[in-house]
Amino acid sequence: MFISIEAVYVFLGLITLLGSLYTFRDQKNPRRLTSGIFYFLYGISLLLGSVIPPFIMGLLVIVMVIIVGAGGLKVGSYGEASGEERQQNRKRLGNWLFLPALLIPIITILGTTGMKDVKIGELFILDQKNITLVSLALATLISLIVGVVMTKSRPMVPVKESRRLLEAIGWAAVLPQMLATLGTIFTSAGVGKVVSDVVSTIIPTHSLFWVVFAYCVGMALFTMIMGNAFAAFPVMTAGIAVPLLIGQFGVDANHLAAIGMFAGYCGTLMTPMAANFNIVPAALLDLKDKNHVIRVQVPTALILLGFNIALLYFISL
Amino acid sequence: MVLIGVAIVIIGFIVRLNPLLVVTVAGLVTGLVAKQPLYDIIEQFGKAFTTNRYMAIFIATLPVIGLLERYGLREQAESVVAKIKAATAGRIINVYFIIREVAAVFGLTSIGGHAQMVRPLVAPMAEGAAEAKYGKDIPDDVRQKIRAHSAAADNIGVFFGEDVFIAIGAILLMKGFFDQNNIPSDPLQMAMWAIPTAIAALIVHSIRLNMLDRSLDRRLGKPKSNSVGKGE
Repeated sequence: MFISIEAVYVFLGLITLLGSLYTFRDQKNPRRLTSGIFYFLYGISLLLGSVIPPFIMGLLVIVMVIIVGAGGLKVGSYGEASGEERQQNRKRLGNWLFLPALLIPIITILGTTGMKDVKIGELFILDQKNITLVSLALATLISLIVGVVMTKSRPMVPVKESRRLLEAIGWAAVLPQMLATLGTIFTSAGVGKVVSDVVSTIIPTHSLFWVVFAYCVGMALFTMIMGNAFAAFPVMTAGIAVPLLIGQFGVDANHLAAIGMFAGYCGTLMTPMAANFNIVPAALLDLKDKNHVIRVQVPTALILLGFNIALLYFISL
Repeated sequence: MVLIGVAIVIIGFIVRLNPLLVVTVAGLVTGLVAKQPLYDIIEQFGKAFTTNRYMAIFIATLPVIGLLERYGLREQAESVVAKIKAATAGRIINVYFIIREVAAVFGLTSIGGHAQMVRPLVAPMAEGAAEAKYGKDIPDDVRQKIRAHSAAADNIGVFFGEDVFIAIGAILLMKGFFDQNNIPSDPLQMAMWAIPTAIAALIVHSIRLNMLDRSLDRRLGKPKSNSVGKGE
């Protein structure tokens, strides 16, 4: 294929690496050396992830965590445009500013739906397995070019601006990947088995309602622990749904799968472990409380969890 | 014993230690308790970190969004919305929420996102609507609340919409699981049974966004012209 997912990682890595060079030179950052190293290593991990041996990569990640843990990651200064400057530029460009921003979703969708199966000769143009990610990256690149031409900026301006945004996100940028790692380790250590054993010993197995309740709440709780409903589904379904709901009460597998997975999503909305949905956006939006997005989601999540329990119970009667 | 990792995570989040540190320690301890060699644990860290690089995809959007912000994208989004009389923070977020969920139902999960839609457009528009209605000096905690709601609408919309689409990862995962366990299942049926909850999510969250507007009204008063006699 012409554009593979690796090319996307190279793009991400280069943005991060170039940004880190500015961090090293940022006199106003009290921890510019350690902060610079953090973003430098992060860039390396994106750029060369498929080349570096896993053990070395693991050490590299641990160095990053140590920097964060020791308070070595600080924000610097970014020479932001003043309010006045922004107002003036805005008057000049007006609603044209929306064009590059809207090009991102539009091109992404065109890429995912229209460029599927498109080949030149024998080769697919876009990586078929990661079509959405590749389309998104391509869309950002095209809209970046449009944006640079439109604003008549120098090419380093977007790099500096992306550093400003990335440093505002800070360690939260790395958290989703670390949580995925934790998920892997939990799985290989057998945490799931223990949890489903515990849940299935405390429920009264003769009552359809309580089994449904335990399955849905178990999905939500275990998703909160793992940060991912996909990790909870096989564990809870094998532990509770298959022997009890399907085996004992004869519930339709299609019903309980759809509804059980949604019960898991209710958990996703309530946990910091789902970092890329809950913690990264909080950082991205400059929220002071990193759990603010979760707080807003909890009422909807609990109402829908109740709805799912009721729905599964009534259609299983 | 392996649950000690879970305990570390929960305690760590409660006492508000740095989450990155908590998660790493929990991973190391869980691995050690399960009697895995340290070398293997570190290798797992490296391997999982590499395979999950796709989670860093939001970085791709940062250069263009940052550039546009420098040229006043957020201010432009605010000022456009300020001209629409019927716009309120809750309604703006609600429109986005509905678009996000309906698009996800048709498999267009890439139509939104926090980095590419919420930060540059949705949140500034919602804030702009609030400014137009209550005046420029809305309190900071209200701004934060509006932003948090913007992010939440993105999550809730995509989560409860996408499972109605047959070819999504969740449906394929469930089908795969049942196949392995020799239980007959049908992706179309699963997608069908996702519809009731998708509708419930649409109704419940739209009502909550409507309540957001009413709570802003209660807190900040109705029109901005009333803010004359402010003496204490």
